Amino acid sequence: MTEQLLLYPLLFQLLLAILLMFFWTKINVQKVISIVGGFVAVFLSGLLFYEVWTSGTQTVQAASWKAPFGITFVADTLAATLVLLTAISGLAVSFFSSASVIPARLRFGYFPIYHFLLLGLTGAFLTGDIFNLYVWFEIIIISSFVLITLGGEKAQIEGAVKYFTLNILASIIFLTAIAVLYGLAGSLNMADLSVLVPKLENRGLVEVAAILFLVGFGIKSAVFPLYFWLPASYHTPPSAVSAIFGGLLTKVGVYALIRIFSLIFTNDVFLGQILLVIAILTLFSGGVGALVQKNIKKIFSYLIICHIGFMIGGLAMFTKVALVGTIFYLIHDIVLKTNLFMISGLIYRIKGTSNVKLLGDLYDQYPKLSLLMFIPFLSLIGIPPFSGFWPKISLLTAALNTDNYVLLALIIVASLLTLIVIAKLWSEVFWKKGAVLEPRPHFLYFEKMTKAKKVQFILPIVMLAGVTLYIGFGAEHIQQVSERIASELMNKQQYIDAVMPQTE
Amino acid sequence: MEFLLAIITGLLYAAGLYMMLRRSLVKLIIGLIIISNGANLLIFLLGRITKGHPPIIPEGSKVFTEIYADPVPQALILTAIVISFGLQSFAIILIKRAYQVVKTDDLDEMNTIDEDIK
Repeated sequence: MTEQLLLYPLLFQLLLAILLMFFWTKINVQKVISIVGGFVAVFLSGLLFYEVWTSGTQTVQAASWKAPFGITFVADTLAATLVLLTAISGLAVSFFSSASVIPARLRFGYFPIYHFLLLGLTGAFLTGDIFNLYVWFEIIIISSFVLITLGGEKAQIEGAVKYFTLNILASIIFLTAIAVLYGLAGSLNMADLSVLVPKLENRGLVEVAAILFLVGFGIKSAVFPLYFWLPASYHTPPSAVSAIFGGLLTKVGVYALIRIFSLIFTNDVFLGQILLVIAILTLFSGGVGALVQKNIKKIFSYLIICHIGFMIGGLAMFTKVALVGTIFYLIHDIVLKTNLFMISGLIYRIKGTSNVKLLGDLYDQYPKLSLLMFIPFLSLIGIPPFSGFWPKISLLTAALNTDNYVLLALIIVASLLTLIVIAKLWSEVFWKKGAVLEPRPHFLYFEKMTKAKKVQFILPIVMLAGVTLYIGFGAEHIQQVSERIASELMNKQQYIDAVMPQTE
Repeated sequence: MEFLLAIITGLLYAAGLYMMLRRSLVKLIIGLIIISNGANLLIFLLGRITKGHPPIIPEGSKVFTEIYADPVPQALILTAIVISFGLQSFAIILIKRAYQVVKTDDLDEMNTIDEDIK
């Protein structure tokens, strides 16, 4: 019974999605199922995390086919942590969607598709087979296409065309990489590959496969020269959708990069250099991009790009300390970015616009809410003791230890740019005397909502702000988790042994 | 045979990329379709082409005694074809919708989101 524990979060999301489809027209029933299901998903993922934490990496061989031949599901600490975070963010966004997404959109199957998206994310974190990873990625992108186009406004469709094209191209490149790797090594199991690939003689082609993976996942995680689709599309769908996209979709690309480059293509100096350059340019261009934007959601989109750079930088250095920083940042970033887009949705609901030039005096009108929003902002900048600060210590130490002074400088510059962006945002949106806005007809303003709906709006933000505070003040625990993950990543034999136990 | 397939795969990738770089939405979708077929052929090619040896263990023996065609690439291609079929049908609906809403199929004119809305 408990051997299959690691499949429960996965199967449960599938069950939820199917169940929700039976209530296609009954939106209110869907809302209840989605939220209750969200709690159960958190519980199941929590159980999985506890199990992995106490008794080590869990594996399930699908249909009992022995490791290199069948599909393996693996939950090491990294996967279990990310599954838990997916469930937490998923719950918050379920809550937020039920209040913020208009019924006209919900009527076309928003919740079932949303849970298919969560299914894809959970699957991508848990799989131990590279082709299976491709399939989960496809599940993720096809449900995200539906979510991004649901509603069919002009801006949305235009954003969707760009999002769609680049993501499909990324998948095709990923598939090409799998083809090359399979042709070389003749296996698809990641643990098996990590044994086979270092022994291959044709290093040139291995490098080609590695670069193809890098480009494919690079498009998905929006790193430097490949990120242009992200700010062109992330601000177009409803904020609830942007929240789950911003929180998790780019991070699944980062996860895939971490997995591939810590397991299969290890100790490659050339790749390390490329990753380093990418990280530096991502940090810089994301930060500068955020400076000039006027739309709140676009500002946050550029900040996503900027902060991907921290994680790639840690991966590029590939020392234990650097990986601790990367993992800690990943944990902190998922929660935070989800929250930021929900906040942008709240601001839009209050004022009816996302343009910072028109917004203003939010602090005057809603002082308590503003203080609530201040918590994620501080964590984003990384003011101690908030959560963004701790991973940066590890990253800076690692950069010093490995003599990567350019990266060191850029980490500091990117933090500073984030500070400037947030300070500007704060003074424009919260302090400035705003323009007098014409009330929009047929627009449900926040102040006109019923009390229950207001609570539904604010509760997920409070919840994720609470998680962020915990990551900041309970940094000791998160640091422990990150250190364990980092040592697991550095020692890949542990992963291989868990997937393919030696029978002696 | 391998040589021919290699050239065809290369052509498909090149043609697909070329079509994707055009400005028209329809050509973009055609490019995507062509390039994903190229990827499928590449898997087929790199899975080693063995003719006339199905992967069936002969009666009486427990393991393969001679070379056999690897069945995995075919399973992979089948999966990839089904997935890309789904994506392509979505893409075609999307471009139809985009054409109705934006009233152009020129990608360069799809820039309303770069202006500041509201």
